[in-house]
Amino acid sequence: MHITQGQFSFLPPLTDDEIRAQVDYAISKGWALSIEWTHDPHPRNVYWEMWGHPMFEIKDGAAIIFDLAACRKACPNAYIKINAFDNTRGVESMVMSYIVNRPDIEPGFHLIRQEAAGRMVRYTTKPYSTDFPVDTKQES
Amino acid sequence: MNTQSDARITDTKERYKGGVLKYKQMGYWRPDYEPKDTDFICLFRITPQEGVDPEEAAAAVAGESSTATWTVVWTDLLTAHEDYQAKAYRLDTVPNTGAGTDTEAQYFAYIAYDIALFEEGSIANVTASLIGNVFSFKPLKAARLEDIRIPTAYVKTFKGPPTGIIVERERLDKYGRPLLGATMKPKLGLSGKNYGRVVYEGLSGGLDFTKDDENINSQPFMHWRDRFLFCMEAVNKAQANTGEIKGHYLNITAATMEDMYERAEFARDLGSNIIMVDLVIGWTAIQSISRWSRENDMILHMHRAGHGTYTRQKNHGVSFRVIAKWLRLAGVDHLHAGTAVGKLEGDPMTVQGYYNVCRDSVTKQDLARGIFFDQDWADLNKVMPVASGGIHAGQIHQLLHLFGDDVVLQFGGGTIGHPAGIQAGAIANRVGIEAMVKARNEGKDILNEGPDILRTAAKGCKPLEQALEIWKDVSFNYTSTDTPDFVTTPTAT
Repeated sequence: MHITQGQFSFLPPLTDDEIRAQVDYAISKGWALSIEWTHDPHPRNVYWEMWGHPMFEIKDGAAIIFDLAACRKACPNAYIKINAFDNTRGVESMVMSYIVNRPDIEPGFHLIRQEAAGRMVRYTTKPYSTDFPVDTKQES
Repeated sequence: MNTQSDARITDTKERYKGGVLKYKQMGYWRPDYEPKDTDFICLFRITPQEGVDPEEAAAAVAGESSTATWTVVWTDLLTAHEDYQAKAYRLDTVPNTGAGTDTEAQYFAYIAYDIALFEEGSIANVTASLIGNVFSFKPLKAARLEDIRIPTAYVKTFKGPPTGIIVERERLDKYGRPLLGATMKPKLGLSGKNYGRVVYEGLSGGLDFTKDDENINSQPFMHWRDRFLFCMEAVNKAQANTGEIKGHYLNITAATMEDMYERAEFARDLGSNIIMVDLVIGWTAIQSISRWSRENDMILHMHRAGHGTYTRQKNHGVSFRVIAKWLRLAGVDHLHAGTAVGKLEGDPMTVQGYYNVCRDSVTKQDLARGIFFDQDWADLNKVMPVASGGIHAGQIHQLLHLFGDDVVLQFGGGTIGHPAGIQAGAIANRVGIEAMVKARNEGKDILNEGPDILRTAAKGCKPLEQALEIWKDVSFNYTSTDTPDFVTTPTAT
């Protein structure tokens, strides 16, 4: 299974040069950049762990590539994404987000159905990865 | 053009002695009037009947859309009538109309209305005045409401879109690219189970949204509860397959508000993140369901079914830019706003004007895009425009160039009609969009290099290759009926 969250999950994995080009685009727009990682890719897991603080008023994209390398080294088997944030009034939200690292094996999700009255079904999406608990703050 | 006989009569005794006066004499033509910040300003395109003085026609529009009736009434004197009279204050000849052209003379009439004329937070009230009687008025051959400036003070009486572009993206966890959708086909006849199959294939393949069509309600072949149950099974399975949030616009359009609420509540209870209504339900129903959506964390999709009956012809009706402005106030989250390159009417610049009305924080006057007035949206949520109707993968570079990231691109036939199947169709479009966004961000000139970018992406993606091949010659190059007319000299409004 291949999780397709983010801007570029349908393309071949981005090389570091390609990541740098996206980072430079965000910098040219004046956006802040951040790196986040997780072992729980549930589609509603909004808060991945932050790898350091978001970088505001960043001048050189090399800083992000450097931090990404450190994050990958510490969490090689995690999902890692790079985000860009626009603080313009009326936006004040994420404007880019793409996955730059994945575990070797992506175990996917179990769809649990709870049958209720009538034909009503209550759905729960459960990531298999959480069957093997790891410290969410620390790579196992 | 004022003569002694039709000038505004300011002497009260003369003005109210009874009988019939010209609208100009009654004070609806006021070339000296300077609109206040709190005034509504409407720009009407009018075609007076032969022999009707255009200033008198403009005054008549002002009169009939505000306080006037056909004869003088003394009861005006019980009111602050001069405030409540709308005021036609400017008249321009529409370029390329009148003597020496193929088109009979048309005029742009600028009319100002006092804010007190309108009930706060009610599009029904605004439309009852501005497009109520006046469009049937005999001295005019035709009339069209081209644009409107809504005073900020009045904008603030609306809550606007219940979700808005920003929060929608945060709920979906999707940023920095157009969203991708498809309308389920065939639009009529599928059973609930078969319909859900199309939803499942499309979403699993890579679509963010699938959509009921405008006329899917609760017909004999598929009752609404069946559709909702099967579609939500499909949505949840596709979410589990992809790890992405997915949605299906469940059309809750029905005969009565009670039916619509019942359907909306069932959609909510099943966990749907989005519902849909058709424009034909009317302004009051739209505002009601918008309020319900706000209370129930629901994204509200608006399909503009029916609008072509009054937006398409240049000389008569209401421009879609005005409808889009009213819908942003009334509060919808998605709005079909044209494709420019697809099968349905739309000049590219004009369509961009609609998109700007949906998405701007402040819309600036932009005559080439048909926008006549500055419009401050007072931080009202933004509406996500939807491009739907006869578009396909080979046009992705044009669509991204025209509309940017904040748009839902809906390839219906362009997904379901893929020769290798629905999932393949979804993959083709998603790969095309991601490749184009990536290339744009890398600084490529996507409008010119787009076809090459798609071909390169297709080398690693068979479905995209097939899509580009099968639809390579499909384009809809017809003359638009609705293009902007404007005087090129910039003028203060």
